[in-house]
Amino acid sequence: MGKIFRFYKDVDTDQIIASQYLLFPTIDEMKEHTFESLDPEFATSVKPGDYVVADENFGCGSSREQAPSVLKALGVKAVVAKSFARIFYRNSINIGLPVIICKDLYDNVNAGDEMELNMEQGTITVGDKTFTCTSLPENLQKILDQGGLIASLNKED
Amino acid sequence: MGQTIVEKIISHNVGRKVKPGDIVTVKADYVMLDDIMMPFIVSKFNEMGFSKVWDPTKVVIICDHMVPASQTDDIRAYHISCDFASKQGITNLHTSDGICHQLMTEAGYVKPGHVVFGTDSHTTTYGSVGAFSTGIGYTEMAAILGTGEVWMRVPSTIKININGTLAPNVMSKDVILKIIGDLTAAGATYKSLEFCGDTIDSMSQSSRTTMANMAIEAGAKCAVFTPDTKTALYCDIELDDFQSSLVGDEDAVYETVLNYKAEDFVPVMAVPSNVDHIVPISELKGIKVNQVFLGSCTNGRLEDLMEAAAILNGKHVAPYVKLIVTPASRKIYMEAMENGTINVLSKAGAIITHPSCGLCCGRTGGILTDDEVVVATNNRNFLGRMGTSKVKIYLASPKSAAATALAGVITEA
Repeated sequence: MGKIFRFYKDVDTDQIIASQYLLFPTIDEMKEHTFESLDPEFATSVKPGDYVVADENFGCGSSREQAPSVLKALGVKAVVAKSFARIFYRNSINIGLPVIICKDLYDNVNAGDEMELNMEQGTITVGDKTFTCTSLPENLQKILDQGGLIASLNKED
Repeated sequence: MGQTIVEKIISHNVGRKVKPGDIVTVKADYVMLDDIMMPFIVSKFNEMGFSKVWDPTKVVIICDHMVPASQTDDIRAYHISCDFASKQGITNLHTSDGICHQLMTEAGYVKPGHVVFGTDSHTTTYGSVGAFSTGIGYTEMAAILGTGEVWMRVPSTIKININGTLAPNVMSKDVILKIIGDLTAAGATYKSLEFCGDTIDSMSQSSRTTMANMAIEAGAKCAVFTPDTKTALYCDIELDDFQSSLVGDEDAVYETVLNYKAEDFVPVMAVPSNVDHIVPISELKGIKVNQVFLGSCTNGRLEDLMEAAAILNGKHVAPYVKLIVTPASRKIYMEAMENGTINVLSKAGAIITHPSCGLCCGRTGGILTDDEVVVATNNRNFLGRMGTSKVKIYLASPKSAAATALAGVITEA
């Protein structure tokens, strides 16, 4: 079980991690500033295994891969949204952060609710409610399972 | 069955006829790496175990976000960029020539029909010369540097047909802002935007570039224009048979066709803090501004500076208002000096900065603080983009920006 951190639609990558932090030498130094403009408490209150839940078009804007990277570094187990922006989606798979499309979850949960994601079954459970989410295409699930593009490439060698 | 422009480009690249939804592996004609991502690209490249880039002549490294440095962290990226170029034998290195998306076509790299990837979301810009180009992350870029290839899904296409004559105070920026408002910020996700119609035909190459640049703000994977005689002149080439064929076929399958009458467009702004929240300037008149920014890969070209200068000529910006002008490249800066544009802008009170990303990426060149209002010609008004998260950013055309700088309040040209 993990706690839900709930964000609205069109959350852009500048809001996930602002440009002034992009050149911190490591993702670990950067992650303290995750969602700083939207929720300054986020980085200190999120725990490994928690979830980010959002409305449409999560991760739009800049191509910065630091955005999914800081979420992963903070231990966010998955981002569940109604839809994702293209580059964020691709970057997330490449670094091994699960990005799950679920049309019904956002409107039926509150921030702070506890949820459980079962990626194999494609289901999300919150209290007594169960939601169906879209499973990833096989090739992407494989990259994700192997821990991202680098691990996956190394495995092929 | 006919094909859309992007289907023709990808078919040519992979050597067989493709259709939307196909997963294909394409070869990159060029890749663009910008300074802000370089430390991460190089680190991933090494982590993947690569030692040499697949083809140093196809790699372009551009320092633009952080030159000259304004924070000590920035210098590291500069050194990593130069060292990697030197070690890999990459001679396409620009350390202070201007913004990546301006240089990729201006310096002669991208040509019609090319397939190009860049580590910046506004890589869609090169569709203005009839190329397929899109943004990717640094891990993916590291993989392309090692292999020269990447997988992608062939996008479906939204055709945008615009006919008629735009009003004198309406620029291509107003057109693309209105279209983004109609599509919404996610409306073109995974899709190609194909622009056509006689309004597009009569537009300058510079105006088309503004529109291709902003396609990502509707989520688009790419935006393409048919290369014509203006494109050929700008790219300094004669179009070959393939390049001349880059027109959407009559019987191509489009996901949607949007038809616009040029006469229906009015000067608009994107209001804080969403690029798809579009409001006619007539409804915003009188809002006090602290600063006006004229520049960026969206609207920092000679045409943009000249349009603003025509409005500011012989006048002075309003008291207390800062007008910051950042040409998109050194070439533009020099042309604007030689034809007197810089002189006019400077006499009008503008602060002229070195060519770079400048204020657009919020690291240098005039960041703002709580409750300040800026009217800017760039492409994003996201929360916290140009300073604190309480800065109000309005996106506008160069003409509207110039008129606003003169009046000190939001004004139509």
